[in-house]
Amino acid sequence: MEKKLLMGNEAIALGALRAGVSVITGYPGTPSSEILETAAKHNSKGAYVEWSVNEKAAMEVAAGASYAGARTMVTMKQVGLNVASDPLMSLNYVGIKGGMVIVCADDPGPISSQTEQDTRHYGEFSKIAVFDPSSPEEAYLMIADAFEFSEKYGRPVVFRPTTRVCHGVAAIEILPDLSVKPPDGFFKDGGKWVIFPKLAYENHLIIERQSEEMSLDLSNYNRNVVTGFGKKGIVSGGVSYAYTLEALRLSAEKNGAIPPHKLFKVSSYPFPEKLALSFLENLDEVLVIEELDPVIENALLRICGKYGIKVKICGKSDKSIPRAGENTVEIASRSIAAFLNIKTNENATRGESPPILPTRAPVLCAGCPHNASFTAVKEAVRRYAQNRKVVYSGDIGCYTLGNTLDMVDTCLCMGAGITVAQGINRVEPDTLNFAFIGDSTFFHTGIPGIINAVYSGSNIIVVILDNSTTAMTGGQPHPGTGKNASGGEAKKIDIFEVLSAIGVTDIVRVNPYDKASADEAVSRMIEKKGVRVILFEAPCIKMKG
Amino acid sequence: MTDCIITGVGGQGIILLSRLIGAAAMEKGFGVRGTETIGMAQRGGSVVSHVRIGDGVMSPLIPLKNADILLALEPFEAVRNLHYLKEDGIVFSLDKPVRTQTKPLTDPKDGGYEISESIGYLKRNVKRLELISYDSLAKAAKNVKAVNTAFLGFVVEKGVFPFNTEDIERAMRARIPEKYLEMNLEALRGFGK
Repeated sequence: MEKKLLMGNEAIALGALRAGVSVITGYPGTPSSEILETAAKHNSKGAYVEWSVNEKAAMEVAAGASYAGARTMVTMKQVGLNVASDPLMSLNYVGIKGGMVIVCADDPGPISSQTEQDTRHYGEFSKIAVFDPSSPEEAYLMIADAFEFSEKYGRPVVFRPTTRVCHGVAAIEILPDLSVKPPDGFFKDGGKWVIFPKLAYENHLIIERQSEEMSLDLSNYNRNVVTGFGKKGIVSGGVSYAYTLEALRLSAEKNGAIPPHKLFKVSSYPFPEKLALSFLENLDEVLVIEELDPVIENALLRICGKYGIKVKICGKSDKSIPRAGENTVEIASRSIAAFLNIKTNENATRGESPPILPTRAPVLCAGCPHNASFTAVKEAVRRYAQNRKVVYSGDIGCYTLGNTLDMVDTCLCMGAGITVAQGINRVEPDTLNFAFIGDSTFFHTGIPGIINAVYSGSNIIVVILDNSTTAMTGGQPHPGTGKNASGGEAKKIDIFEVLSAIGVTDIVRVNPYDKASADEAVSRMIEKKGVRVILFEAPCIKMKG
Repeated sequence: MTDCIITGVGGQGIILLSRLIGAAAMEKGFGVRGTETIGMAQRGGSVVSHVRIGDGVMSPLIPLKNADILLALEPFEAVRNLHYLKEDGIVFSLDKPVRTQTKPLTDPKDGGYEISESIGYLKRNVKRLELISYDSLAKAAKNVKAVNTAFLGFVVEKGVFPFNTEDIERAMRARIPEKYLEMNLEALRGFGK
């Protein structure tokens, strides 16, 4: 068998291709982006791969393909699922035909995200099953299980890796492709695909029944496992399970041996209740080690209440495990040592404390066109907007790093800069409100905000920083680039023309490196009223080389 | 089992080194696991890769004070990550500091970081320290863009890994694009046989 050194995201892509996925869509976002990129690169069997305009569009394209019988995968980061939550909620009621896996990467820490939200809640909320891999090699195998599970129940499935699984690396044994029947096409099936109140009620009953079946099914799933014996039990899932195993191994080395205990690995939602009951049997106390929210912990608390089981559950609720930030082997070790009443395996620290080191905060690259754009606005404001209050609304992308230039006063979520600026201006109409947005974000969720501004007669200056790529996540194409996910030619959508079409009359297109023209453009827009747009165009410096 | 931390500043080629080490170890039949810094921090930030060679490890992150080897392409970053090193672990570090993107390192307004302080700290606190001259390595590499592979060649020749330069060369041929391959092979061989 061939072994490959793969990043978790590569393993997910190859695992999905092995499982016969034939339509893959997504929107970039750390830590998920490399999944779709890998699929596009290793696409030997002609799967359709698409960077969609946003996560909602991606999920709907994948849903349609699944209605037509194809195995489909849609990829995004956790906050992307907020954008796609509308189709997500209804899609489970409608159901799917070809196996559909929604890969949504969570980011404990957070290392590069706005929130530490836990996608497993979306599983409970939408009543969709969630598979939660603990390592890249498990992800490679588990994604095939997810497709099979999805087809078995006719429902979409969420696959939820976290950053350390996505960007973790492991030597993985590459297995032969699975045989999957080709898509048999779309059948109308008497209104099966049309969500309607009556159908929603009927399907809700089915979903609830299926949830119980799934829970039973998952109690026998070989990735939900109970081992060991004793009066104390440790439960974990995701990458925290890896930290737990490592902490137990190191503790055993340090202590000679460790007291007997049960170990429960949980890899799924619906919670495997039957397996949990056998785990809880004869236990006095349980420690739950998980990242983000206490999802497993709450499920155990619920089971104890439901069955009147008298077992103490420790974890995030009693602060045995930190409630925010990512877990580590050290966190697992400390909590296990306290729980099992043994010595921690931590070695003593060095006596001499290290000298103070330079901080290396991320900044815009040397030569980045955003630097020139921000400088042009800053200088023009200094010269032409004296005595006026100025507020800069930012958005999501490299240009959020404009905060180091004091050019970002607000940042909320994709597309929100334009609309937040409108809100501030309603309260303080004399304020000069700038809203910065990148080209990919403009297409993602920026356009409705500009339509809103035009329609409502708002008074803002939108600054579009068009660097011809989705730079922050590694340079993916978007509708303005004229390229598709596979590197082929695509219809290029011109931002200037879009702005004209949605009723913006004051638009100026300028190269930010052309200082005189940039200064003139900004000053002219400061003088005007209404919705004005400055379109700064210069390619990303990273994409040139 | 060999736990190795590879650190430096975004853009120095740390991810390539960790992949080469991982691939060479895997080809020798060892289990390999690890994790990399990807995303925002790559833009001139501090970058750390964890590479774990051997079977039976589960965590992608090396536990603190468990690393056998610390490879640093930049001396401040060696100090920053020293808490990962075992008591008797070995440090290979280049001696040339990389300035931050915002301010020169010697700017007194920014603390005036003295590299001599950090190097002194390494000397006092690391029993097995190999401080390597960046300039001589760049000379041997014949190209500053290949200092990372020259550094790897130097370290591998010291015999701290369960593989040799030929194994790294094979890993390079499989992973480095054609137009950069020869330059990197030459840098690697600067210290090979």
